[in-house]
Amino acid sequence: MNLEQQCILQVRNLSKSFGGVQALDNVQFEAKEGEVHGLMGENGAGKSTLMNILVGLIKPDTGKIIFQGETLQHSDVRGTIDRGISMVHQEIMPIPELTVAQNIYLGQEMVKIPGWVDENRIIEHAEQQLRELEVDIDVTRQMKHLGVAEMQMVEIAKALSNEAKIIIMDEPTSSLSNKEVDNLFRVINTQKKKGVTIIYISHRMEEIFRICDTVTVLRDGHYIDTKPAKELDEDTLIEMMVGRELEAVFPDKNRNIGDVVFSVKRLGSKEKFRDISFELRRGEVLGFAGLMGAGRTDIVQSIMGLKPLNAGQIYLNGNEVNVSSPRDAIRLGISYVTEDRKGSGIVQDLSVRENLTLSSLRQFSSKMFVNKTEEHRSAGRMIDDLRIKTPNMQQKVKFLSGGNQQKVVIGKSLLASPEVLILDEPTRGIDVGAKFEIYQLIDQLAREGKAILLISSELPELLGLSHRILVLSRGRVTAELKAGEATQELIMKHAIQN
Amino acid sequence: MNEQIHSGIQKLSAAIGQKSAFSLRLQKYGVLIAFILICVGISIMSPNFLTVTNLLIVVRQITINAMLAFGVTFVIISGGIDLSMGSVVAVAGVVAASFAHPGSYPLIVPLFAGLAVGVLIGAFNGFVITKGNVPPFIVTLGTMTIGRGLALIFSGGRPISNLSDSFGYIGGGELFGIPFPIVILGIIFVLCLVLLKKTVLGRYIYAVGGNEEAARASGINVKKIKIIVYTLCGGLSALGGIILASRISTGQPNVGVAFELDAIAAVVIGGTSLSGGIGTMTGTLIGALLIGVIGNGLDLMNVSSYYQQVVMGSIIIGAVLLDSIRRRNLSS
Repeated sequence: MNLEQQCILQVRNLSKSFGGVQALDNVQFEAKEGEVHGLMGENGAGKSTLMNILVGLIKPDTGKIIFQGETLQHSDVRGTIDRGISMVHQEIMPIPELTVAQNIYLGQEMVKIPGWVDENRIIEHAEQQLRELEVDIDVTRQMKHLGVAEMQMVEIAKALSNEAKIIIMDEPTSSLSNKEVDNLFRVINTQKKKGVTIIYISHRMEEIFRICDTVTVLRDGHYIDTKPAKELDEDTLIEMMVGRELEAVFPDKNRNIGDVVFSVKRLGSKEKFRDISFELRRGEVLGFAGLMGAGRTDIVQSIMGLKPLNAGQIYLNGNEVNVSSPRDAIRLGISYVTEDRKGSGIVQDLSVRENLTLSSLRQFSSKMFVNKTEEHRSAGRMIDDLRIKTPNMQQKVKFLSGGNQQKVVIGKSLLASPEVLILDEPTRGIDVGAKFEIYQLIDQLAREGKAILLISSELPELLGLSHRILVLSRGRVTAELKAGEATQELIMKHAIQN
Repeated sequence: MNEQIHSGIQKLSAAIGQKSAFSLRLQKYGVLIAFILICVGISIMSPNFLTVTNLLIVVRQITINAMLAFGVTFVIISGGIDLSMGSVVAVAGVVAASFAHPGSYPLIVPLFAGLAVGVLIGAFNGFVITKGNVPPFIVTLGTMTIGRGLALIFSGGRPISNLSDSFGYIGGGELFGIPFPIVILGIIFVLCLVLLKKTVLGRYIYAVGGNEEAARASGINVKKIKIIVYTLCGGLSALGGIILASRISTGQPNVGVAFELDAIAAVVIGGTSLSGGIGTMTGTLIGALLIGVIGNGLDLMNVSSYYQQVVMGSIIIGAVLLDSIRRRNLSS
């Protein structure tokens, strides 16, 4: 690395708290011209907050940002963009009704005369931007018709479009295929040669080591260290992020499995899946494996009464049951933890307590009124049992980290005292430490006699936790594997089978 | 039973919203086609409908509603709502009339005064909504009452009559045989159309309504855009108020009650989404025309005005229901 490289960006003593949660505490950060600088840390470490402050979307409580020797005004998005800092956001943010081209040049429209959009030039330039990324998208299509990966590429094109000096990429590859990732990295290298600084946030270790020159680690809102990527390996990096060594990730799953609690026979739903039969025993974890679109989520949502079923029966403790809504399912003792935490798991503006007791409020209420004492006791018990990190139970859920939000969703399901617990991607988007805690929790619940159906796209997780694994492909069961015989290769083989 | 209903709905929505090129076009021009069909239907049932005189009457009748509807189209696309329009109609009419007595001021003064009142109320809405972070529904509900009060205060509760001939020309005159309000309507429509489709401002209005956070992250001054749309809406409502005062030759403090609801109905029938980000000026114009044509047709067929209200309400719900079924079908 060239030591003569100039420091283009300095962040000093930056602090920010959200409703009592200290997201950033006196953080510092420095980036040099023309480097790819990785920013690492668990979820909730403060990476996104730091970057959103940098581009002016969030106003810090204290601190200073110096860009090319000039102190930036806080929360001035326009000024930041004009000075040459742009960002690819983690939660992709397109305007659905505008076209691809219009989205790319939003906020920096080319004009014929001031105020008058020059649509042709916008289209032409947008096409050129996408061609550089080797992406084939019709730029006159409306954004809402694009797939997630395409949207992501458009967001990247947007960040590249205004000749930025610093481009911040917050998990840019989370929905890209390998080929698209390669294209992105090629573009990053071209930009780097032009002297552009890239700040790169990712959870994927191999990406960090593949393209980053320097890595800065944050943990719990604190600055930990900055080191050249060459001096790091995966283990040291994880240790810096987590602050301890991780061992024995998966709990021991040897135990006595009980009787069949729950079973389904020949479930089918128009075009989505058919002929699905399985049974689930007390204390057992049954894994559902399959690629995207294999129908895993459709099946469990149909069991919960969220989507229509055309065929088949559902049995609980040997009796056939009729489930036509989630309300029925919960009453019968089947709870579902959704894969879409933000969309259908939590109510962002309600408190931790209110979220926890949402499905079970009847239990704490006499006729019309909620018994506050009971409610507080139950919510408090869940916060303790699941070790939910929150200043108090009145805290709004939206201020919690992803892992803690996930625990709230699980806690909500548990308070409804289910016999059967369906977990759909319970560790998606949460950090290593929180994942570990969720694994322990799943194990503990199964030991207490709950029957657990686990959907996960992370094969090691599925293998580590399940007693049996059903592999699905295109809405049908293609294999049932026992814990001992299942391997990642075997699962993949059955998952791509037609 | 449930399944039957469900499959029935699915079939219906499939029939309405198949993704073939033909039906995509049908969706885009859905309101227009409905409009034409209704016109054909009415002209078969009532021979007096399709005459130049009658059509001019219809268009003149919808002028004021269309003016308000154009204004609130900007607001609704940006993700907001404006309930103060009817009161702005009254207060702008009263203020304009009070400067329009024969021999008092040149025509420009009442025009300017009336428009200024609307623009000010609109800008006030925009400022309180953005700077005070108060929901638009609440703010404009407040200014609806304030505006009505101002109209009564300004007029002393009495209609302001004895207005000059030149003022009367705005709502009652003709240009080349076309009623002058229709000329104004045409000009305003083209201006609004161009503003929304061709200018940077128009683009930003869609962006703010489509995804406010994304707009902000793209460096758009969201607050400024919002203030502009409410100001525009206030101004256009005031113009509607001036035309109305001119046509009835009085500044009436009690006119315009519930006008905002008719305007919003026209916008919604025209395919603009109340949740923002989606909508067109042409749709709004057709929506306003549709309301006018149906009212006129029912009049010609001697349907009592009591029944007319029931029909009108059903059309509003029906239009949005069809749209919702179509959307559900598209997304599944």
